[in-house]
Amino acid sequence: MKKTILMRKLIGEFAENKDIAKKVRIEQVMPELSKGNEIILDFNGVNGATQSFIHALVSDPIREFRGIAFDNLAYKNANDNIREIISIVYRYMQESLEDDDNDSDLKAL
Amino acid sequence: MKIYLSNQGNLRNFRGFVESLDLSNPDFLSISTHDKWVTVHPANLVLTAALAMQIGKDNVEIVGNVPDTGIYLDRMGLYDLTKTPSPFAYNKKEEAGRFVPIKVIKTADDQSRFITDIIPLLHLSEENTTVIKYVIGELVRNVLEHSFSKDGAVVAAQYYKKTNRVSIGICDTGIGVWRSMQTYWHPKTDIEALRLALTPGITGTTRKEGGTSENAGAGLFFIKSIAKITRNYFAIYSGHAEYTLLKHDKRLKGMPRLYADPNRDPHNSTDNAPIFNGTLVAVDISLDETTEFNDLLSSIGNVYDKAIRERKKGKYREPRFV
Repeated sequence: MKKTILMRKLIGEFAENKDIAKKVRIEQVMPELSKGNEIILDFNGVNGATQSFIHALVSDPIREFRGIAFDNLAYKNANDNIREIISIVYRYMQESLEDDDNDSDLKAL
Repeated sequence: MKIYLSNQGNLRNFRGFVESLDLSNPDFLSISTHDKWVTVHPANLVLTAALAMQIGKDNVEIVGNVPDTGIYLDRMGLYDLTKTPSPFAYNKKEEAGRFVPIKVIKTADDQSRFITDIIPLLHLSEENTTVIKYVIGELVRNVLEHSFSKDGAVVAAQYYKKTNRVSIGICDTGIGVWRSMQTYWHPKTDIEALRLALTPGITGTTRKEGGTSENAGAGLFFIKSIAKITRNYFAIYSGHAEYTLLKHDKRLKGMPRLYADPNRDPHNSTDNAPIFNGTLVAVDISLDETTEFNDLLSSIGNVYDKAIRERKKGKYREPRFV
């Protein structure tokens, strides 16, 4: 199943309200990913976003679901600025996931 | 408390402003100005406003001979926070222009309304508006999340046409940076706390790389980097510590190099400033120097990644050679 979330309706032209990011994450993104469904975050009409907003929206799904999040979470109509911020969050989250893995490997030993 | 608003109130002279503060006798605030000319950066204004709000207008006055340029203090709303009536008469409608007077933001919804309704008052292009929204969005959110200030975030901004620059000041009278860093990082001094807060990937909410679901420790580093890339000043003041990023030399060609460690940037700092129980952050952004915003973000993101990798390497165990 595929679900599209129209971000403009939730956050307006500029995505900075982390409370809304958290709400979307908890109420929509995480439940859909846990069912293995695909989610499309549609940024049509959104001009910009802060790194904090994108972090609050997607860092936990990446940490929790990893490959499922990478495969099933997609972004539509994101302008260059928003794409860049999403890419930054993806990069540093993957760096930190390796860190988590190393920590758990060490614990297992 | 005594605050003197001089004729050189810009971020280049921020250190001097901080050192001139008399924050003793915290129940009363006396504000004076240069008698011929007053120039006030939003940073100086919001610090004054935040302290005035904390103690109430009945305990705040503007004293001495305020020059004609002091009308700016009225336009920005400072007189409204004092018991001193404004000596200036003017048509406020005519003065509506490229500045954001002192505003208080207490909730995330206030913040969203501010960004939607107020920033357009600066009459900037869409690309430049995005940068300003980004900076204010991140800085105000920091206050709402980390300061525990009952008075919220005090914000002001000014666009300077001649230099095509926007100056922003955001201040709170909350717990300060040192206390917000205590749980996980235990800084010994205020200046060490500021260094941590400016280091990419370090947040007061965890020691984990990548942060928590809500915080990544990127906000202040991004803002300082935007100031550096646009070749301008950034300042932060909390507790006894003050750090000012100095302007990148315009004669040096190419994009200024970003460093994860704020001590590698050209800066001045002190850990002996008059103690301020709260946090002030100020930044100037030269719009002429703003490269494509996504290029700017990309450069900042690369340094952020590198900082995380370097810190991870620092945790690796070394072989024992005996």
